[in-house]
Amino acid sequence: MGGFILRRLALALPSLLGISVVLFTVLALAPGDPFAELATNSNVPPEVRVHLRASLGLDDPVALRYLHWLWALLHGDWGFSFISRIDVTTLIWQRVPVTLGLIGSSQLLALAIALPVGTLSAVRPYSWFDRIASTIALAGFSLPTFFTGILLILVFSIKLDWLPFVYRSDVEMTGWRAVVEHVRQAIMPVVVLGLFQGAGWTRYVRSAVLDVIRLDHVTTARSKGLPEHRVITRHVLRNALIPVVTLVALQMPTVFGGAIVTEQIFRIPGIGSLLIDAILRNDTPVIMGVTFVFSVLVIVFNLVADLLYGLLDPRIALR
Amino acid sequence: MDSSTPASRSADTRPVRVLSPWGEAWRRFRRHRMATASLGVLGLLVAAVVLGPLAWRVPIDAIDFSATTQGPSAAHPFGTDDLGQDLLARMLYGGRISLAVALAAMAMAVLVGVTVGALAGISKGPVDAALMWLTDLFLSLPQLPLLLLLIYLFREPLKAVFGPEGGVFVLIVLVIGCFGWMQVARLVRAQFFSLREKEFVEAARALGATPLRVVWRHILPNALGPVIVAGTINVAAAIIAESTLSFLGLGFPPDIPTWGRLLFDSKDHLDIAAHWALFPGAAIFLTVMAINFVGDGLRDALDPRRVM
Repeated sequence: MGGFILRRLALALPSLLGISVVLFTVLALAPGDPFAELATNSNVPPEVRVHLRASLGLDDPVALRYLHWLWALLHGDWGFSFISRIDVTTLIWQRVPVTLGLIGSSQLLALAIALPVGTLSAVRPYSWFDRIASTIALAGFSLPTFFTGILLILVFSIKLDWLPFVYRSDVEMTGWRAVVEHVRQAIMPVVVLGLFQGAGWTRYVRSAVLDVIRLDHVTTARSKGLPEHRVITRHVLRNALIPVVTLVALQMPTVFGGAIVTEQIFRIPGIGSLLIDAILRNDTPVIMGVTFVFSVLVIVFNLVADLLYGLLDPRIALR
Repeated sequence: MDSSTPASRSADTRPVRVLSPWGEAWRRFRRHRMATASLGVLGLLVAAVVLGPLAWRVPIDAIDFSATTQGPSAAHPFGTDDLGQDLLARMLYGGRISLAVALAAMAMAVLVGVTVGALAGISKGPVDAALMWLTDLFLSLPQLPLLLLLIYLFREPLKAVFGPEGGVFVLIVLVIGCFGWMQVARLVRAQFFSLREKEFVEAARALGATPLRVVWRHILPNALGPVIVAGTINVAAAIIAESTLSFLGLGFPPDIPTWGRLLFDSKDHLDIAAHWALFPGAAIFLTVMAINFVGDGLRDALDPRRVM
């Protein structure tokens, strides 16, 4: 298993490098000179401008600039926000836990929906339950997160007035009431993201279980006289989960996209809303930083999925 | 041989309806009831968006301060927004843009995907490995943040080249298309791997067909089924992507009311004008769901291995 983990880590590094190349290329190709302002400013003599460019390495060959940029990135030197003058790393680290909390709890909700519903659908394919569940899953999968968010706000905040629709990190209550308040304001964002993912995953779980349930070892388990729930949990689900893990990992970029939208609707102070704010205010260092963090998160989650894959299917780890 | 002749003769006496491959696919498609219904819904939506503005001739930017944020009425079937502009007219116009963006992005994704997949599928070894590495890299890119980054960096120069509307259109189609080709490429490559070893391809090669002809005439047509399915799903994904961008305020400008843009404008008026958000949201939902159902039906129809 140790060798397997190391091999996977070694595979993740090139993709990380690949993503950094993509990011740098986008930045380098982007029109607009960072010194355009100085060029039109008549108070700055041309010699000074040329000197500044040379001292910042802007005239170096592209490959050298990329190495410099990568070196600074690896050292945690991500620059300062143009707007708030705060270190980009500080700004991002403050907000990463919020985003991870949102994504984590919505994933749990999605799993809690998708596993039982998908399995039950596959155990009795084309039954009434399966038809209704499949139709709802496809509908839920087609509901964009921004519309579900608006619908929930309309019903639960405006019509019924049960839940707050703006997320506040500075709840001025203490003790249990603060905890309750935090949970209350987290319900809608988590439900929006969780339902969207749960709908997609239900389809995956259903088709994966359908593939496994007709295999010979399941018939054997049944004819041994094992109770049905044991057949399903021990002999079907464990094998069915292997392809599901891969599909879930492939969905991670979509999940992050959903998180950005959800944070924006409910004004949750995570890195997604940080990204949108930065774009609306032309805050390039923050935009680059957040995009890179999102890329790293996607790769980390893919890595976790790979390791889970090895855990569920020992054949992979041995290979 | 002799013994089989009577059997086939008796089989011939029964009326056998011979269907073309497309007729067969259509028969299988119709068995999926939701897909057939969705095809109808989709046809209605497209007809409404294409022909609707000819019948409903209210201008999309007629400001009327005496009728702001009104609910549905006879004069304004879908109500009005905060400037008193007619929402039905705006939605019909915006739907054209949304659908045009989605179709163009799908065409681009399929074109890139088929090219990459076909290249990887006929060339073994390093070219295939490199192309698949690229595909996997694109699959693991965080799409929405990168979409936003690209739009942030390239919006102004493209506006200068193609004009304010054309620039955003080209940019959005390009970036959505750039992130939608990977699934198609993988499918096409997998199809090529199994098809290129088939006897009929070998026969074509033995007859002296050039590699290009083998690919174009013999392999691609047989790999088309999964590509059509993936392309259909891509249209739905592109509609969601475009409306997400517009909803975040980073898509089309306010004078081009795509469905996502209408939602973006409406979200600060939810308490007084719920209809403003509900109609465009329902339009996106209905379109995407209909396309997804049609995709499901097409999968049953064109991918015979999956039929049970």
